[in-house]
Amino acid sequence: MSWILFIALAVLTLGGGLGVVATRNVVHAALALLLSLLAVAGIYLILFAEFLAIVQVLIYGGAITIVLLFAIMLTRTAEYPRITDNRQWPLAAVASVATLAVLAGSFWTKAAVDTQPHNPALTDLANSLFTRWAIPFEIASLVLLVALIGAIIIARESEEGT
Amino acid sequence: MSLPIPLLSVSLITFFWIVAGLLAMFTALSVVVLSLTWLERKLLGRLQRRLGPTRTGPMGLMQPVADALKLILKEDIVPTSSEKAIFWIAPVLVVVPAFMIWVTIPGTENLVLKNLGDLGLFYIIAFSVVGILGLVLAGWGSANKYGTLGGLRAAAQLISYEIPVIMVVIAVAMLAQSLNMVEIVEKQGSYPYVLVFPLGLVIFFIAGLAEVGRTPFDIYFAESEIVGGPFVEYSGAHWSVFFLAEYINTFAVAALTVLLFLGGWSGPFLTGNWEIIWFLAKVYAVILVIFWIRGTFPRLRIDQLMAFAWKVMVPLSFYAIIITAVYLFYGWPPWTLTLMSLAGLLVVGYAIYRRFAGPASQAAQVRARYQALQSRSGQ
Repeated sequence: MSWILFIALAVLTLGGGLGVVATRNVVHAALALLLSLLAVAGIYLILFAEFLAIVQVLIYGGAITIVLLFAIMLTRTAEYPRITDNRQWPLAAVASVATLAVLAGSFWTKAAVDTQPHNPALTDLANSLFTRWAIPFEIASLVLLVALIGAIIIARESEEGT
Repeated sequence: MSLPIPLLSVSLITFFWIVAGLLAMFTALSVVVLSLTWLERKLLGRLQRRLGPTRTGPMGLMQPVADALKLILKEDIVPTSSEKAIFWIAPVLVVVPAFMIWVTIPGTENLVLKNLGDLGLFYIIAFSVVGILGLVLAGWGSANKYGTLGGLRAAAQLISYEIPVIMVVIAVAMLAQSLNMVEIVEKQGSYPYVLVFPLGLVIFFIAGLAEVGRTPFDIYFAESEIVGGPFVEYSGAHWSVFFLAEYINTFAVAALTVLLFLGGWSGPFLTGNWEIIWFLAKVYAVILVIFWIRGTFPRLRIDQLMAFAWKVMVPLSFYAIIITAVYLFYGWPPWTLTLMSLAGLLVVGYAIYRRFAGPASQAAQVRARYQALQSRSGQ
């Protein structure tokens, strides 16, 4: 039963990912991304990571996709030619193949451990996040802050340039 | 399969009960929506010195049924230039999360479809965000200027007001030391949180109104500016789906206000599942306040709305978290938290009053400038 669900969710995830790169319409690509991200939430759910699944829906399914759509609609997508020819594609290909190689390599050298379904309580999660992993957590929020300020500065510069 | 997975190996009987429960929830929510439309028409009528519906049935009680029939029989127009797939999927994306959050909202301690335990409140917050997506897509998919504008406004407004809602919910979870809806209500056994944390109630209620787009905040489908926003091209059954979602969400905001601040189903005289009468009575009281606000307040402008979110609501919600943390950390008596929240409310309320009604208000400045001009032209 869980195999069937996993295969269905995997097909949805990969199909969504393919849709993102294959479709010529940016909004459709954003929708395909949404499908893919929600299917990943489903995969978390069959792995008993319920908290992670809900976070996935909240952050990626909700906030990120909405901001993406907001940005797409604010820019005049109709003025862009509907092409998918992106000059950065070799770089993207290298990056994705490298990621695949790392993942496959780690599976090759170290057989996947037969993990038990384990659903940590919310309090355990919070304790380890804010005590043992507090510094990585704070660094992550710092990265987000830097990204935010950087976005504002880039937007300001292009505004002054025109 | 060697690994027994209890989540997925549900027996047929359990499956039947899940389906039956979902159907019961769907029916109950539909009845609630019908009652809300009737109540809103009647109350708004009274507020505007009208009678409201009177002709259909006794006291116009059949009016919602007539409305529903009319909506279903109406022609369902799909604009030719619209994105068909997105146009179809948008109402579904709005209504499905609206129903999904009701799975874990408890009516009484046992009257809940599926108590998600420690994830309950978090689940509700997560899925209420997904609905925004449907509004944005509805606006864009209908290939209409007003629709797109409305969708953009919806995204901007709803994401902005999401922050105070989440912050206040976190503060309440800190007070109750739990994210479990049932536990939060049980922790309010001796006193409801509105008594110790009135600031939280005010922020949650205002931001909640903005989240469901009730009237002072209905800027994203403001009829007088953008003629219905994302819904401008929708008609008939498709439009009624949005309508359904809006009323279910309004009801959900009222129910969450009751559960988080007004003590949920706890009340005297009733025990067991009969306590749902208290719950419903409180929820409908909150709903009446929502309709009352709709009948009396004018709509805000979009810049006022965003300024209010980022300059008032967000700082105030941070203040709410800080005072809750201080109160919990030092273990002060509950009345200190009441004092601190009332102080925050008073300061902000006085600042707003000074801005809009006090002697330093913009209106007074304009009047002074006008008088100065008059006296100069008189010379």
